[in-house]
Amino acid sequence: MTNTINTQEATKAGEIVRVTGPLVRANGMSSAKLYELVKVSSEKLLGEIIELNGDIASIQVYEDTTGVGPGDPVFRTGKTMSVALAPGLLESIYDGVQRPLKAIEEASGSVYIKRGIDAEALDKNKKWDFKAVAKVGDKVTGGDILGTVAETKLIVHKVMVPPHVSGVITNIKSGNFNITETIAEIKTESGEIEVVAMLQYWPIREPRPKNKKIFPSEPLLTGGRSIDTLFPIAKGGAGCIPGPFGAGKTVTQQSISKYCNAEVIVYIGCGERGNEMTEVLSEFPHLIDPNSGEPLMKRTILIANTSNMPVAAREASVYTGITIAEYYRDMGYNVALMADSTSRWAEAMREISGRLEEMPGEEGYPAYLSSRTAQFYERAGVVETLGSEGRQGSLTVIGAVSPPGGDLSEPVSQSTLRVTKTFWSLDAGLAYKKHFPSINWLGSYSLYVDNLLDFWRENVAPDFANIRKQAMELLEKESKLLEIVRLVGMESLSNSDKLTLEVARMIREDFLMQNAFDPSDAYMPIKIQYNLLKSIVTFYNEGLPVVTTDEFEFSRFKQMSTYKEIGRLKEKREVSDYENFISRVKEEIKALTQTNA
Amino acid sequence: MSQKEYKTVSAITGPLLVVEGVSGVKYEELVEVNVPGENQTRLGKVLDVSEDKAVVQMFDPTAGVQAEDTRVRFTGDTLKLGVSEDMLGRVFTGAGVINDGGPEIIPEKRIDINGNAINPYSREFPNDFIQTGISSIDVMNTLVRGQKLPIFSGAGLPHSRLAAQIARQAKVKDGGEFAIVFATLGVSFEEAEYFKRQFQEAGSLERSVLFINTAADPVVERISTPRMALTTAEYLAFEKGMHVLVILTDMTNYCEALREVSSVRKEVPGRRGYPGYLYTDLSTIYERAGRVKGKQGTITQIPILSMPDDDKTHPVPDLTGYITEGQFVISRELYRKGVFPPVDVQGSLSRLWSAGVGEGKTRADHSGLKDQLFASYAVGREVRELAVVLGEASLDDSDKAHLRFAEAFEREFVGQGEFENRSVEESLDIGWKLLAMLPRESLKRVKAEFVDKHMPKAE
Repeated sequence: MTNTINTQEATKAGEIVRVTGPLVRANGMSSAKLYELVKVSSEKLLGEIIELNGDIASIQVYEDTTGVGPGDPVFRTGKTMSVALAPGLLESIYDGVQRPLKAIEEASGSVYIKRGIDAEALDKNKKWDFKAVAKVGDKVTGGDILGTVAETKLIVHKVMVPPHVSGVITNIKSGNFNITETIAEIKTESGEIEVVAMLQYWPIREPRPKNKKIFPSEPLLTGGRSIDTLFPIAKGGAGCIPGPFGAGKTVTQQSISKYCNAEVIVYIGCGERGNEMTEVLSEFPHLIDPNSGEPLMKRTILIANTSNMPVAAREASVYTGITIAEYYRDMGYNVALMADSTSRWAEAMREISGRLEEMPGEEGYPAYLSSRTAQFYERAGVVETLGSEGRQGSLTVIGAVSPPGGDLSEPVSQSTLRVTKTFWSLDAGLAYKKHFPSINWLGSYSLYVDNLLDFWRENVAPDFANIRKQAMELLEKESKLLEIVRLVGMESLSNSDKLTLEVARMIREDFLMQNAFDPSDAYMPIKIQYNLLKSIVTFYNEGLPVVTTDEFEFSRFKQMSTYKEIGRLKEKREVSDYENFISRVKEEIKALTQTNA
Repeated sequence: MSQKEYKTVSAITGPLLVVEGVSGVKYEELVEVNVPGENQTRLGKVLDVSEDKAVVQMFDPTAGVQAEDTRVRFTGDTLKLGVSEDMLGRVFTGAGVINDGGPEIIPEKRIDINGNAINPYSREFPNDFIQTGISSIDVMNTLVRGQKLPIFSGAGLPHSRLAAQIARQAKVKDGGEFAIVFATLGVSFEEAEYFKRQFQEAGSLERSVLFINTAADPVVERISTPRMALTTAEYLAFEKGMHVLVILTDMTNYCEALREVSSVRKEVPGRRGYPGYLYTDLSTIYERAGRVKGKQGTITQIPILSMPDDDKTHPVPDLTGYITEGQFVISRELYRKGVFPPVDVQGSLSRLWSAGVGEGKTRADHSGLKDQLFASYAVGREVRELAVVLGEASLDDSDKAHLRFAEAFEREFVGQGEFENRSVEESLDIGWKLLAMLPRESLKRVKAEFVDKHMPKAE
C-alpha cells in the first residue's frame, strides 16, 4: 500500500458537486470507503473521505482548493490514509500528511509550499545495511524482529514482521537493500507466501496492535526540576500543558524533547508558528543529547503543519505523528510525543465539522471532540509489544493546550484534563513576573506519584518522596501566609511562619525557577535535584527548633553564609558539594543557638 | 478558460450575492459585477460553489445592486495585485487602487494576494537585532528582523505615536534602512492622515507604500487590504531584496469585518460571535513574515490592535498572541503618569529576544542586565503595592531603594522623548545608572564582572 499514488493507479470515480473551502463534495462515490484517500481535480490534490451519504462523498482536502469547482474529477485510490514506515524516518521533517518538507522545497523550487506536489515520504533509492536476525525455518508472528538496520548512530531500527502476518520464514538475507526490496519471505498457514520489505504501511487512524498494556512505573526524566520532582510524568503516561500565550508552553515542550530520557522523540508542530519549527530545525542538529552525547536530531522526527498550512492536514498531523511514534514503540523503544498544540487540532476538527454542517456542541466544537481526544491520548502507554519475545516499549504523550484567554473551562481543556494524568498548569501571573517555567505549584498535579514511589526509593533516595511532600506542604502554607502578610504586614508573623516564608521562597526562586535558555541550568539530573531540594528543606528542619526559642532575632537567620549562598548552589553538580553544604547549614544553625543562649 | 456571464442574481444579503444556474465556476474565482446604468465594475470572489449555484462575496459595497439585469462575470482568475518597485512612495486605497492622484503604475507582475504558506523548512531563523531607539523595546523586549510583534493597545492610548516612532527610527547595525509597507484598516480619517504626515515629515514617504482603508470605506474591502499590503511586502522583500517593515492598524477592525461577513454567511459562530476559523485566518496574515533561505530581504511585521476594554483575553488579542512572537503592551497606568512611550515592560514580551542580543549584536552584558532590570523592577512594583497598604514607614532600606528604583525606571528608562532616538548602548548605560540605586547584594541575576565593568562608580 502507498499513499503517494501514481496517477495511473488512481481511477476516476466521480465529479465534484460542491466546494466550500477545504471541504469538497463529490458524486459517483457509492462504492468508496470511509477514510479512503482520493485525489481531487486535475491538479491531484490529496484528500480524504470523511462522510458518505448515498453516492455523495464529503472529502477534506489537504491542500488549498482555490480554482477547484463543480464538474472537476475526483480519483479514488482504494487506500486509506496511511504512513510509510521504514528506516529513514528519523531526522526527517514532514508536513501533516507525511510529505517531507525538504522534498516539497526541491519539487516546488520555491520557498513557498505549492499545491499538488507528490513527494515520497521516504527515500526509496537509499541502501540500508540490513542484518538478518531471524533465519530460514523460524516460525514467526506479527511483531517478531526479522533483522536490524543502524538507522542513526543512536537508534537501531528493528524490521518487524507486519502485524497480522504469521508463518514460517522461507527466505531471508542480510545485505544492502533499499526499503522496497524483498528482505524476507514468509509462508503463512494458508500456504501463501508473504513477501516482506523494510517499507511497511499503517493507517493513521487505527492504533497499532500490541499484546497488552502494562501499568507505568518509571518516570520520564526531563531534567526540569518542577516536572521531575514535583509533577512527574511516567514513561507511557499522558500529560497536558495548558496555558495562555506567553506562559511558555512551547519552551517547556522543547525543553522536554531536548533533555528527556526517551530514546525517540516525535515532535508535532500542529498549527503553530513557522519560526518555532525553524528554531527546532536549526537548533537540534547542534544540541547534544545529555543522555547519549549525540546530536538530538538523530533521535527526532518532526511533523510541521504550521498555522497557515491547510487546515485539514493539521487535523491529520497528530495521527501521522502518533502512528510513527507507535511504530518505534513496537521496536521496544521509549518514545515521547509532543503535540503543540492540540487546541489547533481541535479547531481544525471544528472547522471541518462546521463545513459539514454538523450540529455543533459546546462553543461550536463537534460533539465527538471529547471522544476523539480520549482516543488520541489512550494511544499512550507502556505495552508488551506484538511478537513472541514480549518486548516492552512505551509511548508518552504530552499535549499542549492553548485555551482562549487562559480560561480552562473551555471544551478542549476540559476534554483533555479528563484523560491526562499529569497536568502542568502554566500561569500567566508567574510568566508576568518572569518566573519560568511558569508551572503553578498549587494548581498542577501528577497522578503518577504513587506509580513512581518504588523507582524513587531504589534509584534516587529513600526519603525522596518525603522531601518532595514536605516541599509541597511548605509552598501550600506559604500561599496562606502571604494572604495574611498582605493584610497586616510581615511584622505580625511568628518566627516559625517567617521561616516557612523564607524556605518557601528558596524553593520557588532557587529550586523551581529554571532557565531553559541557559544550557548549564536547563538540565538537572534527578539525584542532584533531590540534593538541592534536601539542602533547602534542611534550613527548615534544622531551623525550626532554633527560631522558635524565645526572643530569637530572625534577621540573624539571614546572616548565615549558607543562606546567602543558596541562590548559587544549583550551579554545583557533585553530590559531595551538596553533602558538604548540608552539614555547613547544620553547623551554622547550631551556632545560632549557642550565641543565642 | 472561457469567461462566463450571467444575469441570474437570486439574492443579495449584505456583502453576499447568490447567482443561480452557473456552470464551470471555481472556488475563490474573481467575479466582476456590473449593475445596469453604472460604468464601474464591482469585484467579488466565489465563496461557495455547488452544481448550479455560486455564493459570491463582494469586495465592493452591494448598495444599489439589483437582482434583475445585473451582469455577473466569472473571470477564471483569482484576485491579483499588480506590483512594481514604483509603488514605493505611493498611496493606494484598501483595494489597491492608486489614491494620490499620481500617474498609473505599470506592474512588473501580478501576484495572487492570498499568497502561499512559506515552507517551514525554507525559513531561516530571525537573528538580526533591530534598533528602534526606544529603551523599553531595545533592552527589555528586543525586536529582530523577520519577527512579527504586535502592539496591544486600548482606546485613547498613543499606539499610533509609538508605531510612527518605531517606523522613523528602526534600523539595523549595518545601517540598512527599512522600506515600509503601511496599511490602515477601518481607522478614522485623522489617524490615517497622521501617519501619512509622519512619513512625509520624516522624509520616509519615498520608501513607503501606503494602503489606506478608513472607517468610511467598505467593510469587506478591509478583508483584502492586509493581504494587498503583504503581497507588496513579499515582492519587495523576497524579489527585490529589501528589508520591509509592515505596519497594520487596526487588526481589531479587520476581525470585525470578518465577523460581519461570517454572520451574513450564517456560519456557526465561535467565541463572541467571531468565526471559528479566526485563528487560521489571522495566521494567514501574521505568518507572512520572516526570513527565508537564499533571499536577502526580510519582512518584519508590527500589527497594531486595540483591546476592547483593555481585555487581553478578548478573542482578537488572544488569538493574535498565540500566533505572533510576543507583544508590546501599552500601559494605561504609565500613560496616565505621563510616561512616553507607555510600554508595559512586564506585560510585553519578545519571544525572539535571545536571538538578537549579546556580544557582536548588542553588548555582552545585555542579557544579564535585562534579567536584573526585570527582577528589580518586579520587586519595586511589589514593594509599591505593599507601601500602599502598610505605609512607607514600614519598609526596610532595601525595599525603599527598590521603590525609588521602580519610579526612576519608569521615568528615565521607559520614559523618553517622542523624538529621542537612543542607541542601544545609551539605553544599556541608563539601565546601569539606575541599578546603582540598589544595594549591590540584591543584584543576583547579572554576573559580577559586568557589574564591575559597567556600573557607574558611586561618587
